[in-house]
Amino acid sequence: MSLSEVPHSAGGCPACTAAPAAEEIAAKAAVAGPQTIQLSLPTIHCAGCISGVERGLSGAPGVLDARVNLTLKRVRIEAEAGVTPEALIGRLDGLGYEAHELDSDALEATESDAVSRDLTMRLAVAFFANMNVMLLSVAVWAGAEDATRDLFHWISAAITIPTVMFSGQPFYRSAMSALRGGRLNMDVPISLAIILAVALSLWETALSGHHAYFDAALSLTFFLLLGRYLDQRTRASARSAAQELAALEVPRATRIDEGVETSVRVTELVPGDTVLVRPGARVPVDGRVVSGTSEIDRSLMTGESLPVFSGPDTPIHAGEINLTGPLTVEVQAAGQGTALHRIADLVAVAESGRANYNSLADRAARAYAPVVHLLALAAFLAWMWISGGDMRLSLNIAVATLIITCPCAMGLAVPAVTTAASGKLYRRGLLIKNGTALERLAEVDTVVFDKTGTLTMGLPKPQDLGALSTRDLEVALGLATASSHPLSRALSDTAAEAGVHPARVSDIEEVPGYGVQGTWRGERVRLGRAAWVGADAVPATATYLAVGAAAPQAIRFTDTLRPGADQAIAAFRKAGARIMLVSGDSPAAVGALASEIGIDNIRAEATPEDKAELVAELGETGHKVLMVGDGLNDTAALSAAHVSISPATALDAARVASDIVFLGRDFAPLGDALGTATQARKRIQENFAISTVYNVIAVPIALLGFATPLAAALAMSLSSITVSLNAMRIR
Amino acid sequence: MDVLVYLIPVSLFLGGLGLAAFFWALKSRQFEDPEGDSNRILTDDYDDAPKS
Repeated sequence: MSLSEVPHSAGGCPACTAAPAAEEIAAKAAVAGPQTIQLSLPTIHCAGCISGVERGLSGAPGVLDARVNLTLKRVRIEAEAGVTPEALIGRLDGLGYEAHELDSDALEATESDAVSRDLTMRLAVAFFANMNVMLLSVAVWAGAEDATRDLFHWISAAITIPTVMFSGQPFYRSAMSALRGGRLNMDVPISLAIILAVALSLWETALSGHHAYFDAALSLTFFLLLGRYLDQRTRASARSAAQELAALEVPRATRIDEGVETSVRVTELVPGDTVLVRPGARVPVDGRVVSGTSEIDRSLMTGESLPVFSGPDTPIHAGEINLTGPLTVEVQAAGQGTALHRIADLVAVAESGRANYNSLADRAARAYAPVVHLLALAAFLAWMWISGGDMRLSLNIAVATLIITCPCAMGLAVPAVTTAASGKLYRRGLLIKNGTALERLAEVDTVVFDKTGTLTMGLPKPQDLGALSTRDLEVALGLATASSHPLSRALSDTAAEAGVHPARVSDIEEVPGYGVQGTWRGERVRLGRAAWVGADAVPATATYLAVGAAAPQAIRFTDTLRPGADQAIAAFRKAGARIMLVSGDSPAAVGALASEIGIDNIRAEATPEDKAELVAELGETGHKVLMVGDGLNDTAALSAAHVSISPATALDAARVASDIVFLGRDFAPLGDALGTATQARKRIQENFAISTVYNVIAVPIALLGFATPLAAALAMSLSSITVSLNAMRIR
Repeated sequence: MDVLVYLIPVSLFLGGLGLAAFFWALKSRQFEDPEGDSNRILTDDYDDAPKS
């Protein structure tokens, strides 16, 4: 978009009519402090967009400041109390920018930002110190002697000690917690090597010795911090994107207080309140319908693709979608008490169970750390015996061994690869939320798909419209255009595409929960539920058309297959995985889809427990299961699976339960994900092999006492660079 | 070699200055939106005077 295309005038925008109202409210509430509003701007991409949005918002009444963040595609607005996000969104809409409200609470819930900044700071300090000490060390290696060498060593010590104390803290903390838990992790040899290297060098300097390992201690800190930083940054960017998905669903509800509608946060609702659920909206609470009739889409909760009738006294649950008529609902449980939330809590428990997965890095560390410590100890004892009790020489050799074997390359081996792989998948719309998700994905041998909303788009499409006569079709279209029910919309879209002209139906009225009726050429015509129209229900998603006294006809619908689904399935097959389709929908609907894409392993009418049990059973028999699902009925299975994926359109609970979230509509990147994961695992193993080879060469040299600080620095840098370059090959 | 007496402190001081500048930039959130910053130079919004 160029600058000239940005509409600068605010004239005629929908927000202009709303603005005076906002001004009034702002004036009324001026006593209260300013508030922060965050909006997501998915379409902004250039300098023109930035100034367009910022200027447009600054001109809005009550807005104190607006700052766009193009990296995150967000705008942060400081506004006086009383300015509503809706007014600002309307204003941006009028300027041609799509905007969505973000829930500030959900955004600020995690503090990955602070951790990231903290690590950057430590990394910068380590880098600065390392460069300066290296400079002095080069002088020593080049032949500085006596007093000059001692002076350089003392200056190095003065720089190194505070740096190591500050920058090494993440390692010490992690090592301490591992030791307290009676375990060994990679950070134990790291911490030991850093601390011992500094201590020994200080001692050597005091005795004006030839060798000091200050530069080695600092390089070690710097390279390992770099690995830690890469790891953190990859995960933080995936997390902030996932967080934004959650924040996009601002939990608001319309409460009716003695006939007056007010928009409130769902957290403010208490049992006994009455809320209004408009057609097309997601039900915010668990409760009972007081008045109104409608149809409810429960596909996200149960996997059923057929809408269910809902009228007075029927129970209704948070997460379901109201389709046709407004419903007044008495709140029975809200927020944490809803069935939706209870399931989400179960998932959180299951999640922590998966944290016990042994990553490649953990396994390597567990095998490696004891060997390193024993080797250093053996070197110390052996040289004490050989040299007849020369403490200084023995300690020097032991520390050299510890520094050389210190898993510098190992610390980089995994993060360098996962950073490269996650970055590649991120560009294809896949968010890797969990650090070990890629490793686990590479092991998968069974893939379980959910149907509604996962393999299908959840968008119905009318089947064989040709079976209807043109006359009937025109009447159906005439009725369907008057309704916003998903089936009606699908019908009118498809018919309009086929070039059908709607019949002139008069006296059209929508009967919420039942259908649409009208008069056509003096006859009553109806389009809607089977019983209401007077037809026998067919075992599929369908709507029924009755024209006058003629026999009613069924118009069947099938769900549209998600684009790229067949490619993804083909990719999984090629990798040798078994494909299964498990759904809560009827056998007919599941069977039809399965035969369309060629899956023969299906299970229909599965309850959430069935799904979880199936996945758990497969896991117990030694299969590594990948679960792909989007609904609340899938969450238990998602968290029981070895690794899980959900689309961005999934319910928040399902996304939380998944390791990987994919943002696009297209399924094709899933196949790539498997390929990239396999590739990433191979690179990680290669990296471990590289660092092992390097150790095999370096350890004997250190043990024999030939290692100098120069050799240690060279070996360390070389192995770290090789490992990083190998990881880069994944792009 | 007497020059080292001046040069070493000077080099440390200059390096430290760079480090301090980096800290300041990090603390004042200048690395929050790299993409936006690289685009903002193209607009002429605050060319004459900084945003107050």
